[in-house]
Amino acid sequence: MNTRAPAVEARQLIKTYPGDVTALGGMDLTVAPGTVFGLLGPNGAGKSTTVKILTTLARPDSGTATVAGHDVLRHPDRVRRAIGVVAQHSGADPVATGRENLQLQGRLYGLRGSTLERRVDALLERFALADAARRPVKGYSGGMRRRLDVALGLVHRPEVLFLDEPTTGLDPEARAAMWEEIGRLAGEEGLTILLTTHYLEEADRLAERIAIVDRGRIVVEGTPDSLKGELRGDAVHVELREPVGEAGRALLTAALTAVPGVHEVLCEGRRISVRADDGAASVPALLAALDRAGAGVASATVARPSLDDVYLRHAGRHYAGAGADTALAGLAGGVR
Amino acid sequence: MSTAVTQTWYMTQRQLRVFARQPAYAVITLIQPVIWLFLFGSLFRKVVRLGGFGTTSYLDYLVPGVVVMSALGANMWAGMGTLEEIQRGTLDRFLTTPVSRAALMNGNVVNNGLVTAFQSVVIVLLGLLGGADYPGGVGGIVLLVLASVLLGTVFGALSNALGMVVRERESIIGINTFLLLPLTFLSSAFMAPAQMPGWMRDIADFNPVNWAMVAGRSAMSERPDWGDVLGRGGALLALAVAAVWLSIRTVRSYQRSV
Repeated sequence: MNTRAPAVEARQLIKTYPGDVTALGGMDLTVAPGTVFGLLGPNGAGKSTTVKILTTLARPDSGTATVAGHDVLRHPDRVRRAIGVVAQHSGADPVATGRENLQLQGRLYGLRGSTLERRVDALLERFALADAARRPVKGYSGGMRRRLDVALGLVHRPEVLFLDEPTTGLDPEARAAMWEEIGRLAGEEGLTILLTTHYLEEADRLAERIAIVDRGRIVVEGTPDSLKGELRGDAVHVELREPVGEAGRALLTAALTAVPGVHEVLCEGRRISVRADDGAASVPALLAALDRAGAGVASATVARPSLDDVYLRHAGRHYAGAGADTALAGLAGGVR
Repeated sequence: MSTAVTQTWYMTQRQLRVFARQPAYAVITLIQPVIWLFLFGSLFRKVVRLGGFGTTSYLDYLVPGVVVMSALGANMWAGMGTLEEIQRGTLDRFLTTPVSRAALMNGNVVNNGLVTAFQSVVIVLLGLLGGADYPGGVGGIVLLVLASVLLGTVFGALSNALGMVVRERESIIGINTFLLLPLTFLSSAFMAPAQMPGWMRDIADFNPVNWAMVAGRSAMSERPDWGDVLGRGGALLALAVAAVWLSIRTVRSYQRSV
Protein backbone atom coordinates (compact mmCIF):
# COMPACT_ATOMS: atom_id res chain seq x y z
CA MET A 1 0.00 0.00 0.00
CA ASN A 2 1.19 3.48 -0.85
CA THR A 3 2.02 5.18 2.43
CA ARG A 4 1.96 8.57 0.75
CA ALA A 5 -1.75 8.31 -0.07
CA PRO A 6 -3.91 10.62 2.04
CA ALA A 7 -5.43 9.07 5.16
CA VAL A 8 -8.60 11.04 4.55
CA GLU A 9 -9.71 12.62 1.33
CA ALA A 10 -13.07 14.27 0.77
CA ARG A 11 -14.21 15.95 -2.42
CA GLN A 12 -17.17 18.29 -2.68
CA LEU A 13 -19.23 16.75 0.08
CA ILE A 14 -22.73 18.17 0.16
CA LYS A 15 -25.28 17.31 2.80
CA THR A 16 -28.65 18.90 3.31
CA TYR A 17 -31.02 18.01 6.12
CA PRO A 18 -34.80 18.14 5.86
CA GLY A 19 -36.08 21.68 6.01
CA ASP A 20 -33.37 22.85 3.59
CA VAL A 21 -30.71 23.08 6.26
CA THR A 22 -27.40 22.95 4.44
CA ALA A 23 -24.91 21.24 6.74
CA LEU A 24 -22.17 20.88 4.14
CA GLY A 25 -21.92 23.04 1.07
CA GLY A 26 -19.02 21.45 -0.81
CA MET A 27 -16.49 20.25 1.75
CA ASP A 28 -12.98 19.42 0.48
CA LEU A 29 -10.53 17.86 2.84
CA THR A 30 -7.17 16.11 2.58
CA VAL A 31 -5.38 14.70 5.60
CA ALA A 32 -1.85 13.32 5.25
CA PRO A 33 -1.18 10.00 6.97
CA GLY A 34 0.41 10.08 10.41
CA THR A 35 -0.61 13.66 11.13
CA VAL A 36 -3.00 15.39 13.48
CA PHE A 37 -5.49 17.46 11.54
CA GLY A 38 -7.82 19.90 13.26
CA LEU A 39 -11.21 20.94 11.96
CA LEU A 40 -11.95 24.20 13.71
CA GLY A 41 -15.22 26.03 13.74
CA PRO A 42 -18.19 27.05 15.85
CA ASN A 43 -21.14 24.78 16.58
CA GLY A 44 -23.20 24.18 13.49
CA ALA A 45 -20.32 24.88 11.08
CA GLY A 46 -20.46 21.33 9.69
CA LYS A 47 -17.64 19.64 11.58
CA SER A 48 -19.76 16.88 13.07
CA THR A 49 -21.57 16.23 9.79
CA THR A 50 -18.19 15.81 8.10
CA VAL A 51 -17.13 13.32 10.75
CA LYS A 52 -20.42 11.43 10.45
CA ILE A 53 -19.92 11.02 6.71
CA LEU A 54 -16.25 10.03 7.01
CA THR A 55 -17.10 7.46 9.69
CA THR A 56 -19.86 5.89 7.52
CA LEU A 57 -22.63 6.98 9.88
CA ALA A 58 -24.29 9.36 7.44
CA ARG A 59 -24.36 9.47 3.65
CA PRO A 60 -23.63 12.66 1.74
CA ASP A 61 -26.15 13.91 -0.84
CA SER A 62 -23.25 14.12 -3.27
CA GLY A 63 -19.47 14.10 -3.28
CA THR A 64 -16.91 11.39 -2.55
CA ALA A 65 -14.68 10.48 0.35
CA THR A 66 -12.04 7.89 1.09
CA VAL A 67 -10.69 6.99 4.50
CA ALA A 68 -7.54 4.88 4.82
CA GLY A 69 -7.82 4.28 1.09
CA HIS A 70 -11.38 2.92 1.20
CA ASP A 71 -14.40 4.60 -0.32
CA VAL A 72 -16.88 5.43 2.45
CA LEU A 73 -19.88 4.81 0.20
CA ARG A 74 -18.74 1.72 -1.67
CA HIS A 75 -16.85 -0.09 1.08
CA PRO A 76 -18.16 1.18 4.41
CA ASP A 77 -17.19 -2.09 6.11
CA ARG A 78 -13.52 -1.68 5.16
CA VAL A 79 -13.61 1.89 6.41
CA ARG A 80 -15.16 0.76 9.70
CA ARG A 81 -12.34 -1.72 10.30
CA ALA A 82 -9.72 0.95 9.68
CA ILE A 83 -11.13 3.73 11.85
CA GLY A 84 -11.64 4.47 15.51
CA VAL A 85 -14.37 6.92 16.43
CA VAL A 86 -14.66 8.96 19.59
CA ALA A 87 -17.90 10.86 19.12
CA GLN A 88 -19.20 13.70 21.25
CA HIS A 89 -21.44 11.24 23.01
CA SER A 90 -19.67 7.93 22.84
CA GLY A 91 -22.30 6.18 24.86
CA ALA A 92 -20.30 3.75 26.92
CA ASP A 93 -22.75 1.34 28.53
CA PRO A 94 -23.42 2.85 31.99
CA VAL A 95 -24.47 -0.44 33.58
CA ALA A 96 -21.38 -2.28 32.32
CA THR A 97 -17.92 -1.84 33.82
CA GLY A 98 -15.09 -0.13 31.99
CA ARG A 99 -13.52 -3.49 31.29
CA GLU A 100 -16.77 -4.96 29.94
CA ASN A 101 -17.24 -2.01 27.62
CA LEU A 102 -13.75 -2.47 26.21
CA GLN A 103 -14.19 -6.24 25.90
CA LEU A 104 -17.39 -5.86 23.89
CA GLN A 105 -15.86 -3.21 21.65
CA GLY A 106 -12.87 -5.49 20.98
CA ARG A 107 -15.11 -8.46 20.20
CA LEU A 108 -17.01 -6.44 17.61
CA TYR A 109 -13.70 -6.10 15.76
CA GLY A 110 -13.03 -9.80 16.07
CA LEU A 111 -10.57 -9.76 18.98
CA ARG A 112 -10.82 -12.88 21.13
CA GLY A 113 -9.32 -14.65 24.11
CA SER A 114 -5.93 -13.68 25.45
CA THR A 115 -5.26 -11.19 22.63
CA LEU A 116 -8.39 -9.31 23.67
CA GLU A 117 -7.58 -9.48 27.39
CA ARG A 118 -4.04 -8.21 26.85
CA ARG A 119 -5.30 -5.34 24.73
CA VAL A 120 -7.99 -4.40 27.27
CA ASP A 121 -5.49 -4.53 30.14
CA ALA A 122 -3.03 -2.37 28.25
CA LEU A 123 -5.67 0.26 27.46
CA LEU A 124 -7.01 0.34 31.01
CA GLU A 125 -3.47 0.84 32.26
CA ARG A 126 -2.62 3.46 29.70
CA PHE A 127 -5.74 5.55 30.32
CA ALA A 128 -5.40 5.32 34.11
CA LEU A 129 -8.60 3.29 34.42
CA ALA A 130 -7.12 0.09 35.84
CA ASP A 131 -8.39 0.83 39.35
CA ALA A 132 -11.88 1.63 38.10
CA ALA A 133 -11.99 -1.23 35.59
CA ARG A 134 -14.40 -3.31 37.65
CA ARG A 135 -16.78 -0.49 38.46
CA PRO A 136 -19.89 0.33 36.39
CA VAL A 137 -19.30 3.30 34.10
CA LYS A 138 -22.24 5.24 35.57
CA GLY A 139 -20.03 5.96 38.58
CA TYR A 140 -17.20 7.43 36.49
CA SER A 141 -16.27 11.12 36.46
CA GLY A 142 -16.51 13.12 33.23
CA GLY A 143 -12.78 12.83 32.64
CA MET A 144 -12.76 9.07 33.27
CA ARG A 145 -15.64 8.58 30.85
CA ARG A 146 -13.88 10.57 28.18
CA ARG A 147 -10.70 8.54 28.67
CA LEU A 148 -12.75 5.36 28.35
CA ASP A 149 -14.31 6.75 25.16
CA VAL A 150 -10.86 7.26 23.65
CA ALA A 151 -9.77 3.80 24.77
CA LEU A 152 -12.89 2.34 23.09
CA GLY A 153 -11.89 4.05 19.86
CA LEU A 154 -8.39 2.56 20.01
CA VAL A 155 -9.18 -1.01 20.96
CA HIS A 156 -8.58 -2.45 17.46
CA ARG A 157 -5.51 -0.28 16.68
CA PRO A 158 -7.16 1.86 14.00
CA GLU A 159 -5.25 3.62 11.23
CA VAL A 160 -7.35 6.77 11.49
CA LEU A 161 -8.79 8.07 14.74
CA PHE A 162 -11.66 10.55 14.75
CA LEU A 163 -11.94 12.72 17.84
CA ASP A 164 -15.13 14.77 17.76
CA GLU A 165 -14.89 17.57 20.34
CA PRO A 166 -12.72 15.48 22.67
CA THR A 167 -12.63 17.96 25.55
CA THR A 168 -16.05 19.59 25.39
CA GLY A 169 -17.62 19.58 28.83
CA LEU A 170 -14.42 18.66 30.68
CA ASP A 171 -13.08 20.70 33.57
CA PRO A 172 -9.72 22.43 32.97
CA GLU A 173 -7.74 19.74 34.76
CA ALA A 174 -9.32 16.90 32.82
CA ARG A 175 -8.88 18.88 29.62
CA ALA A 176 -5.17 19.33 30.22
CA ALA A 177 -4.84 15.60 30.87
CA MET A 178 -6.74 14.80 27.68
CA TRP A 179 -4.52 17.13 25.67
CA GLU A 180 -1.47 15.38 27.00
CA GLU A 181 -2.94 12.01 26.04
CA ILE A 182 -3.83 13.15 22.53
CA GLY A 183 -0.32 14.54 22.17
CA ARG A 184 1.07 11.12 23.08
CA LEU A 185 -1.26 9.42 20.61
CA ALA A 186 -0.09 11.74 17.87
CA GLY A 187 3.43 10.43 18.32
CA GLU A 188 2.32 6.86 17.69
CA GLU A 189 3.57 5.27 14.56
CA GLY A 190 1.31 5.81 11.61
CA LEU A 191 -1.80 6.93 13.50
CA THR A 192 -3.68 9.71 11.75
CA ILE A 193 -5.93 11.82 13.95
CA LEU A 194 -8.77 13.97 12.69
CA LEU A 195 -9.84 16.22 15.49
CA THR A 196 -12.78 18.58 15.56
CA THR A 197 -12.96 21.33 18.09
CA HIS A 198 -14.46 24.70 18.69
CA TYR A 199 -11.64 25.67 21.01
CA LEU A 200 -9.04 27.73 19.16
CA GLU A 201 -6.49 26.94 21.80
CA GLU A 202 -7.06 23.22 21.41
CA ALA A 203 -6.53 23.27 17.64
CA ASP A 204 -3.45 25.46 18.03
CA ARG A 205 -1.95 23.15 20.55
CA LEU A 206 -2.72 19.73 19.13
CA ALA A 207 -3.04 19.95 15.38
CA GLU A 208 -0.22 20.06 12.84
CA ARG A 209 -2.62 21.36 10.24
CA ILE A 210 -5.84 23.25 10.78
CA ALA A 211 -8.80 23.86 8.54
CA ILE A 212 -11.25 26.53 9.55
CA VAL A 213 -14.83 25.50 8.80
CA ASP A 214 -17.59 28.01 8.40
CA ARG A 215 -21.11 27.37 7.12
CA GLY A 216 -20.39 23.94 5.73
CA ARG A 217 -17.15 24.58 3.89
CA ILE A 218 -13.50 25.13 4.60
CA VAL A 219 -12.53 28.78 4.43
CA VAL A 220 -8.81 28.40 5.03
CA GLU A 221 -6.30 25.66 5.75
CA GLY A 222 -2.68 25.52 6.86
CA THR A 223 -0.37 24.98 9.81
CA PRO A 224 -1.24 27.04 12.89
CA ASP A 225 1.95 29.03 12.42
CA SER A 226 1.42 29.72 8.74
CA LEU A 227 -2.14 30.81 9.40
CA LYS A 228 -1.01 33.15 12.13
CA GLY A 229 1.99 34.28 10.08
CA GLU A 230 -0.32 35.24 7.27
CA LEU A 231 -1.43 38.08 9.48
CA ARG A 232 1.28 40.66 9.38
CA GLY A 233 2.09 42.61 12.53
CA ASP A 234 -0.11 42.80 15.62
CA ALA A 235 -3.74 42.91 16.41
CA VAL A 236 -5.11 45.94 18.22
CA HIS A 237 -8.50 45.41 19.82
CA VAL A 238 -10.46 48.45 20.83
CA GLU A 239 -13.60 48.31 22.91
CA LEU A 240 -15.93 51.27 22.44
CA ARG A 241 -18.18 52.68 25.14
CA GLU A 242 -21.17 52.48 22.84
CA PRO A 243 -21.93 50.37 19.78
CA VAL A 244 -21.83 52.22 16.47
CA GLY A 245 -24.46 52.18 13.75
CA GLU A 246 -24.04 51.39 10.06
CA ALA A 247 -23.04 54.93 9.10
CA GLY A 248 -20.72 55.37 12.05
CA ARG A 249 -19.10 52.08 11.27
CA ALA A 250 -18.13 53.15 7.75
CA LEU A 251 -16.87 56.44 9.08
CA LEU A 252 -14.73 54.83 11.77
CA THR A 253 -13.39 52.23 9.38
CA ALA A 254 -12.30 54.95 6.97
CA ALA A 255 -10.75 57.07 9.73
CA LEU A 256 -8.76 54.14 11.15
CA THR A 257 -7.63 52.80 7.78
CA ALA A 258 -6.07 56.22 7.15
CA VAL A 259 -3.71 55.78 10.12
CA PRO A 260 -0.20 54.92 8.86
CA GLY A 261 0.87 51.28 9.33
CA VAL A 262 -2.72 50.00 9.57
CA HIS A 263 -3.75 47.22 7.15
CA GLU A 264 -7.16 46.01 8.14
CA VAL A 265 -10.03 47.30 10.20
CA LEU A 266 -13.05 45.33 11.27
CA CYS A 267 -15.83 46.91 13.23
CA GLU A 268 -18.37 44.73 14.97
CA GLY A 269 -20.78 46.27 17.48
CA ARG A 270 -18.58 47.79 20.17
CA ARG A 271 -15.50 45.89 19.09
CA ILE A 272 -12.98 47.20 16.61
CA SER A 273 -10.13 44.98 15.45
CA VAL A 274 -7.20 46.57 13.71
CA ARG A 275 -4.21 44.91 12.10
CA ALA A 276 -1.09 47.07 12.31
CA ASP A 277 2.63 46.67 11.54
CA ASP A 278 3.57 47.75 15.02
CA GLY A 279 0.59 47.60 17.31
CA ALA A 280 2.01 49.49 20.26
CA ALA A 281 3.27 52.35 18.08
CA SER A 282 -0.09 52.70 16.34
CA VAL A 283 -2.21 52.89 19.48
CA PRO A 284 -1.85 56.67 20.08
CA ALA A 285 -2.70 57.50 16.46
CA LEU A 286 -5.64 55.09 16.49
CA LEU A 287 -7.02 56.54 19.70
CA ALA A 288 -6.60 60.06 18.36
CA ALA A 289 -8.48 59.11 15.18
CA LEU A 290 -11.31 57.62 17.22
CA ASP A 291 -11.39 60.71 19.40
CA ARG A 292 -11.69 62.95 16.32
CA ALA A 293 -14.51 60.78 15.05
CA GLY A 294 -16.26 61.25 18.39
CA ALA A 295 -16.15 57.60 19.50
CA GLY A 296 -15.58 57.03 23.22
CA VAL A 297 -13.02 54.31 23.96
CA ALA A 298 -13.43 51.93 26.88
CA SER A 299 -10.24 49.93 26.39
CA ALA A 300 -7.50 49.14 23.92
CA THR A 301 -5.26 46.07 23.85
CA VAL A 302 -2.39 44.95 21.65
CA ALA A 303 -1.91 41.24 20.94
CA ARG A 304 0.21 38.94 18.83
CA PRO A 305 -1.90 37.26 16.15
CA SER A 306 -4.01 34.38 17.46
CA LEU A 307 -6.17 31.83 15.70
CA ASP A 308 -9.11 34.00 16.66
CA ASP A 309 -7.68 36.67 14.39
CA VAL A 310 -7.28 34.10 11.62
CA TYR A 311 -10.88 33.11 12.09
CA LEU A 312 -11.99 36.71 12.14
CA ARG A 313 -10.13 37.42 8.94
CA HIS A 314 -11.46 34.44 7.02
CA ALA A 315 -14.95 34.02 8.40
CA GLY A 316 -15.49 37.76 8.73
CA ARG A 317 -16.83 37.34 12.23
CA HIS A 318 -15.43 37.16 15.69
CA TYR A 319 -15.09 33.61 16.82
CA ALA A 320 -17.11 34.03 20.00
CA GLY A 321 -19.93 35.70 18.11
CA ALA A 322 -20.00 33.18 15.28
CA GLY A 323 -22.46 30.83 16.93
CA ALA A 324 -24.92 33.69 17.33
CA ASP A 325 -24.45 34.42 13.63
CA THR A 326 -23.65 38.12 13.76
CA ALA A 327 -23.28 38.04 10.02
CA LEU A 328 -20.78 40.56 8.76
CA ALA A 329 -19.90 38.81 5.57
CA GLY A 330 -20.46 41.87 3.43
CA LEU A 331 -18.26 44.04 5.57
CA ALA A 332 -15.53 41.42 5.72
CA GLY A 333 -15.56 41.30 1.93
CA GLY A 334 -14.84 45.01 1.90
CA VAL A 335 -11.99 44.64 4.34
CA ARG A 336 -10.30 41.90 2.36
CA MET B 1 -23.41 -15.84 9.12
CA SER B 2 -21.76 -17.26 12.20
CA THR B 3 -20.30 -13.80 12.85
CA ALA B 4 -23.79 -12.29 12.85
CA VAL B 5 -24.98 -14.97 15.30
CA THR B 6 -21.99 -14.43 17.60
CA GLN B 7 -22.48 -10.68 17.45
CA THR B 8 -26.18 -11.07 18.20
CA TRP B 9 -25.18 -12.99 21.30
CA TYR B 10 -22.74 -10.23 22.37
CA MET B 11 -25.50 -7.68 21.97
CA THR B 12 -27.92 -9.88 23.87
CA GLN B 13 -25.47 -10.29 26.76
CA ARG B 14 -25.12 -6.55 26.92
CA GLN B 15 -28.89 -6.12 27.22
CA LEU B 16 -29.32 -8.93 29.72
CA ARG B 17 -26.78 -7.21 31.93
CA VAL B 18 -29.18 -4.28 32.27
CA PHE B 19 -31.90 -6.65 33.50
CA ALA B 20 -29.57 -8.53 35.81
CA ARG B 21 -27.81 -5.50 37.31
CA GLN B 22 -30.88 -3.43 37.95
CA PRO B 23 -32.78 -5.66 40.36
CA ALA B 24 -35.44 -3.01 40.96
CA TYR B 25 -36.38 -3.17 37.29
CA ALA B 26 -36.45 -6.96 37.33
CA VAL B 27 -38.57 -7.03 40.49
CA ILE B 28 -41.10 -4.57 39.10
CA THR B 29 -41.59 -6.57 35.90
CA LEU B 30 -42.36 -9.54 38.12
CA ILE B 31 -44.48 -7.82 40.75
CA GLN B 32 -46.88 -6.35 38.24
CA PRO B 33 -48.17 -9.73 36.98
CA VAL B 34 -48.65 -10.83 40.59
CA ILE B 35 -50.88 -7.82 41.14
CA TRP B 36 -52.86 -8.62 37.99
CA LEU B 37 -53.29 -12.23 39.07
CA PHE B 38 -54.47 -11.20 42.52
CA LEU B 39 -56.59 -8.24 41.42
CA PHE B 40 -58.40 -9.77 38.48
CA GLY B 41 -58.44 -13.17 40.12
CA SER B 42 -60.44 -11.73 43.03
CA LEU B 43 -62.55 -9.32 41.00
CA PHE B 44 -63.80 -11.80 38.42
CA ARG B 45 -63.68 -14.98 40.54
CA LYS B 46 -67.41 -15.66 40.17
CA VAL B 47 -67.57 -14.89 36.47
CA VAL B 48 -66.55 -18.45 35.69
CA ARG B 49 -70.06 -19.58 36.75
CA LEU B 50 -71.41 -18.02 33.57
CA GLY B 51 -69.84 -20.89 31.65
CA GLY B 52 -67.75 -21.09 28.51
CA PHE B 53 -64.44 -20.84 30.39
CA GLY B 54 -63.65 -24.51 30.05
CA THR B 55 -62.84 -24.74 33.77
CA THR B 56 -64.48 -24.17 37.09
CA SER B 57 -61.58 -22.15 38.53
CA TYR B 58 -61.18 -18.63 37.21
CA LEU B 59 -57.45 -18.70 38.07
CA ASP B 60 -56.96 -21.55 35.57
CA TYR B 61 -58.46 -19.32 32.92
CA LEU B 62 -56.71 -16.14 34.02
CA VAL B 63 -53.07 -17.33 34.11
CA PRO B 64 -52.54 -17.53 30.31
CA GLY B 65 -54.29 -14.16 29.97
CA VAL B 66 -51.93 -12.51 32.44
CA VAL B 67 -48.89 -14.20 30.86
CA VAL B 68 -49.74 -12.78 27.44
CA MET B 69 -50.80 -9.40 28.79
CA SER B 70 -47.50 -9.10 30.68
CA ALA B 71 -45.56 -10.05 27.55
CA LEU B 72 -47.33 -7.23 25.73
CA GLY B 73 -46.76 -4.76 28.54
CA ALA B 74 -43.08 -5.60 28.94
CA ASN B 75 -42.19 -5.49 25.24
CA MET B 76 -44.10 -2.52 23.96
CA TRP B 77 -41.71 -0.24 25.88
CA ALA B 78 -38.60 -1.67 24.18
CA GLY B 79 -38.41 1.43 21.99
CA MET B 80 -37.69 3.58 25.05
CA GLY B 81 -34.45 1.68 25.57
CA THR B 82 -33.56 2.08 21.91
CA LEU B 83 -34.26 5.79 22.17
CA GLU B 84 -32.02 6.07 25.21
CA GLU B 85 -29.22 4.31 23.35
CA ILE B 86 -29.59 6.70 20.44
CA GLN B 87 -29.47 9.73 22.71
CA ARG B 88 -26.52 8.40 24.66
CA GLY B 89 -24.59 7.85 21.44
CA THR B 90 -24.33 4.09 21.93
CA LEU B 91 -26.07 3.26 18.67
CA ASP B 92 -23.80 5.60 16.68
CA ARG B 93 -20.76 4.05 18.32
CA PHE B 94 -21.84 0.57 17.24
CA LEU B 95 -22.77 1.75 13.76
CA THR B 96 -19.21 2.91 13.15
CA THR B 97 -17.88 -0.56 14.02
CA PRO B 98 -18.12 -3.54 11.65
CA VAL B 99 -20.93 -5.08 13.73
CA SER B 100 -23.76 -6.54 11.66
CA ARG B 101 -26.80 -4.26 11.56
CA ALA B 102 -29.09 -7.22 12.06
CA ALA B 103 -27.14 -8.20 15.19
CA LEU B 104 -27.75 -4.76 16.65
CA MET B 105 -31.50 -5.08 16.39
CA ASN B 106 -31.69 -8.81 17.00
CA GLY B 107 -29.80 -8.43 20.26
CA ASN B 108 -32.88 -6.58 21.49
CA VAL B 109 -35.18 -9.28 20.13
CA VAL B 110 -33.32 -12.16 21.78
CA ASN B 111 -32.98 -10.25 25.03
CA ASN B 112 -36.66 -9.38 25.11
CA GLY B 113 -37.52 -12.97 24.24
CA LEU B 114 -35.45 -14.37 27.10
CA VAL B 115 -36.84 -11.85 29.59
CA THR B 116 -40.40 -12.55 28.40
CA ALA B 117 -39.89 -16.31 28.68
CA PHE B 118 -38.53 -15.89 32.20
CA GLN B 119 -41.40 -13.63 33.19
CA SER B 120 -43.97 -16.02 31.68
CA VAL B 121 -42.57 -19.03 33.51
CA VAL B 122 -42.61 -17.12 36.80
CA ILE B 123 -46.27 -16.18 36.31
CA VAL B 124 -47.18 -19.78 35.51
CA LEU B 125 -45.39 -20.93 38.66
CA LEU B 126 -47.08 -18.23 40.74
CA GLY B 127 -50.42 -19.43 39.37
CA LEU B 128 -49.52 -22.95 40.36
CA LEU B 129 -48.73 -21.66 43.84
CA GLY B 130 -52.14 -19.99 43.93
CA GLY B 131 -53.83 -23.29 43.09
CA ALA B 132 -54.20 -23.09 39.31
CA ASP B 133 -54.47 -26.32 37.37
CA TYR B 134 -52.75 -26.84 34.00
CA PRO B 135 -54.21 -29.97 32.40
CA GLY B 136 -52.09 -29.48 29.25
CA GLY B 137 -48.97 -30.25 31.28
CA VAL B 138 -45.44 -29.05 30.61
CA GLY B 139 -45.93 -29.22 26.84
CA GLY B 140 -48.88 -26.84 27.06
CA ILE B 141 -46.93 -24.45 29.26
CA VAL B 142 -44.01 -24.44 26.82
CA LEU B 143 -46.36 -23.55 23.97
CA LEU B 144 -47.95 -20.75 26.02
CA VAL B 145 -44.51 -19.34 26.79
CA LEU B 146 -43.61 -19.61 23.12
CA ALA B 147 -46.77 -17.80 22.08
CA SER B 148 -46.14 -15.00 24.57
CA VAL B 149 -42.51 -14.68 23.40
CA LEU B 150 -43.70 -14.40 19.79
CA LEU B 151 -46.25 -11.78 20.73
CA GLY B 152 -43.61 -9.93 22.73
CA THR B 153 -41.31 -10.04 19.70
CA VAL B 154 -44.00 -8.50 17.50
CA PHE B 155 -44.58 -5.57 19.82
CA GLY B 156 -40.94 -5.25 20.93
CA ALA B 157 -39.70 -5.02 17.35
CA LEU B 158 -42.46 -2.56 16.39
CA SER B 159 -41.65 -0.44 19.41
CA ASN B 160 -37.95 -0.46 18.49
CA ALA B 161 -38.81 0.52 14.94
CA LEU B 162 -40.92 3.37 16.27
CA GLY B 163 -38.08 4.54 18.52
CA MET B 164 -35.64 4.47 15.59
CA VAL B 165 -37.91 6.36 13.21
CA VAL B 166 -39.88 8.79 15.37
CA ARG B 167 -37.28 9.32 18.10
CA GLU B 168 -39.62 10.90 20.59
CA ARG B 169 -40.51 9.51 23.97
CA GLU B 170 -43.89 11.17 23.82
CA SER B 171 -44.88 9.28 20.68
CA ILE B 172 -44.02 5.91 22.19
CA ILE B 173 -45.82 6.75 25.44
CA GLY B 174 -48.84 8.05 23.52
CA ILE B 175 -49.17 5.07 21.22
CA ASN B 176 -48.60 2.54 24.00
CA THR B 177 -51.12 4.00 26.42
CA PHE B 178 -53.56 4.28 23.56
CA LEU B 179 -53.10 0.62 22.56
CA LEU B 180 -52.52 -1.27 25.79
CA LEU B 181 -56.03 -1.37 27.25
CA PRO B 182 -58.01 -1.87 24.00
CA LEU B 183 -55.64 -4.65 22.93
CA THR B 184 -56.01 -6.30 26.32
CA PHE B 185 -59.76 -5.96 26.72
CA LEU B 186 -60.58 -6.75 23.10
CA SER B 187 -59.22 -10.22 23.77
CA SER B 188 -60.14 -13.25 25.79
CA ALA B 189 -57.72 -12.23 28.57
CA PHE B 190 -60.37 -11.96 31.30
CA MET B 191 -63.59 -13.08 29.67
CA ALA B 192 -64.47 -16.26 27.82
CA PRO B 193 -65.27 -15.57 24.15
CA ALA B 194 -68.68 -17.19 24.72
CA GLN B 195 -69.56 -14.38 27.13
CA MET B 196 -68.29 -11.55 24.92
CA PRO B 197 -70.62 -9.47 22.73
CA GLY B 198 -70.53 -10.73 19.15
CA TRP B 199 -68.87 -7.63 17.70
CA MET B 200 -66.14 -7.79 20.30
CA ARG B 201 -65.49 -11.42 19.50
CA ASP B 202 -65.17 -10.49 15.83
CA ILE B 203 -62.64 -7.78 16.59
CA ALA B 204 -60.73 -10.07 18.92
CA ASP B 205 -60.28 -12.49 16.03
CA PHE B 206 -58.01 -9.90 14.41
CA ASN B 207 -56.14 -9.05 17.60
CA PRO B 208 -52.67 -10.66 17.75
CA VAL B 209 -52.85 -10.44 21.54
CA ASN B 210 -55.88 -12.69 21.38
CA TRP B 211 -54.11 -15.08 19.00
CA ALA B 212 -51.44 -15.65 21.63
CA MET B 213 -54.09 -16.23 24.29
CA VAL B 214 -56.16 -18.61 22.17
CA ALA B 215 -53.09 -20.59 21.13
CA GLY B 216 -51.65 -20.70 24.66
CA ARG B 217 -54.95 -21.55 26.36
CA SER B 218 -55.79 -24.24 23.88
CA ALA B 219 -52.34 -25.82 24.27
CA MET B 220 -52.76 -25.79 28.04
CA SER B 221 -56.22 -27.33 28.02
CA GLU B 222 -57.05 -30.97 28.47
CA ARG B 223 -57.82 -31.49 24.78
CA PRO B 224 -55.90 -28.91 22.74
CA ASP B 225 -57.36 -27.83 19.44
CA TRP B 226 -54.19 -28.16 17.38
CA GLY B 227 -55.73 -26.28 14.48
CA ASP B 228 -56.16 -23.27 16.78
CA VAL B 229 -52.67 -23.63 18.25
CA LEU B 230 -50.87 -23.97 14.91
CA GLY B 231 -53.06 -21.46 13.06
CA ARG B 232 -52.72 -18.67 15.59
CA GLY B 233 -49.14 -19.61 16.44
CA GLY B 234 -48.20 -19.56 12.76
CA ALA B 235 -49.85 -16.17 12.27
CA LEU B 236 -47.90 -14.82 15.27
CA LEU B 237 -44.67 -16.21 13.87
CA ALA B 238 -45.28 -14.57 10.50
CA LEU B 239 -46.10 -11.28 12.18
CA ALA B 240 -42.98 -11.51 14.37
CA VAL B 241 -40.74 -12.14 11.35
CA ALA B 242 -42.28 -9.15 9.55
CA ALA B 243 -41.87 -6.89 12.60
CA VAL B 244 -38.23 -7.89 13.10
CA TRP B 245 -37.52 -7.35 9.40
CA LEU B 246 -39.07 -3.91 9.67
CA SER B 247 -37.02 -3.05 12.73
CA ILE B 248 -33.79 -4.00 10.93
CA ARG B 249 -34.85 -1.82 7.98
CA THR B 250 -35.18 1.17 10.30
CA VAL B 251 -31.39 1.18 10.81
CA ARG B 252 -31.13 2.38 7.23
CA SER B 253 -33.75 5.07 7.70
CA TYR B 254 -32.01 6.14 10.90
CA GLN B 255 -28.71 6.54 9.06
CA ARG B 256 -30.38 8.66 6.42
CA SER B 257 -31.50 11.11 9.07
CA VAL B 258 -28.32 11.54 11.13
